[in-house]
Amino acid sequence: MWRVGSRYNTGMHITLNGSPRDCAPATTVAQLLQEAGYGTRRVAVEVNHEIVPRSLHISHALAEGDQVEIVHAIGGG
Amino acid sequence: MALPADQDITMNIKTLDSADPLIIAGKSYGSRLLTGTGKYKDFDETRRATQAAGAEIVTLAIRRVNIGQDASQPNLLDALPPEEFTLLPNTAGCYNAVDAVRTCKLARELLDGHKLVKLEVLGDQRTLFPDVVETLKAAETLVADGFDVMVYTSDDPILAKRLEEIGCVAVMPLAAPIGSGLGIQNRYNLLEIIENAKVPIIVDAGVGTASDAAIAMELGCDGVLMNTAIAGARDPLLMAHAMKLAIQAGRAAFKAGRIPRKRFASASSPIDGTIG
Repeated sequence: MWRVGSRYNTGMHITLNGSPRDCAPATTVAQLLQEAGYGTRRVAVEVNHEIVPRSLHISHALAEGDQVEIVHAIGGG
Repeated sequence: MALPADQDITMNIKTLDSADPLIIAGKSYGSRLLTGTGKYKDFDETRRATQAAGAEIVTLAIRRVNIGQDASQPNLLDALPPEEFTLLPNTAGCYNAVDAVRTCKLARELLDGHKLVKLEVLGDQRTLFPDVVETLKAAETLVADGFDVMVYTSDDPILAKRLEEIGCVAVMPLAAPIGSGLGIQNRYNLLEIIENAKVPIIVDAGVGTASDAAIAMELGCDGVLMNTAIAGARDPLLMAHAMKLAIQAGRAAFKAGRIPRKRFASASSPIDGTIG
């Protein structure tokens, strides 16, 4: 298991929604969403300030130091 | 003199909305009341208030998901499905053009290529007044990128014109600070904006109660966007209903053409034939 704040793995370090997170090397966006519980949710993903379209989630592999944002819609005015 | 039958008048009122649509980016809307979806108790209240307001265009915010906390929570888009409402993602909380543009791109991805956005770039947290310099920059970038931009701005007529010239599909001056409920603070600026505009002018922010919305419409605004005035009312559903009526009344009064203001009286009853 690769979890936030895990001290014992040697995986890849990314920043997810502003917080550090460890994950397996070459984790794809789709895998990250699955692990975070958003596999079937309507979200949008940005990696290093660039949108990763939904159609590319399955093929886009993350790299060390990537900054990932996962967003959704909430109430607002 | 032939009097219009009551049913004709009723018919006219009923068809007013559909005969007098609000057109934004080529799409027609029957309702001129646009509502926000923030500050409600839950999604059920959000949906019921939106329905009571008769709103067809609803704003929403784009935010980070809370990792590990809300993955199974209900989603706003379940309560307000994109098939049923025109969603208007906003850039609320953005204080510079770069963040606002990023937010719009995320919204477009989230909503499967959706182009209509509400651009707001704020200047400071106390007033939430728009940062007009950053707003102009973001508007230029977004329009060039193919977005249909409805832009929140100050009630400055020159700036409103500039935003229209950039290619924004609607210009949305504030009536008063966001959430303040102070009502229309500068109706002469709004009038100037309205009279010079070729795109819809929608008052966005500052409305407190139904009469404020009616005044905006009587001035000739094409619509009003509000959130706090409804969501923060003691009875949000009843206020949503009141706002719907106010928007309709204000629009009808604008179309009907009000009498000029006069300083002295003008008798309503004929003077001829009085006894004595």
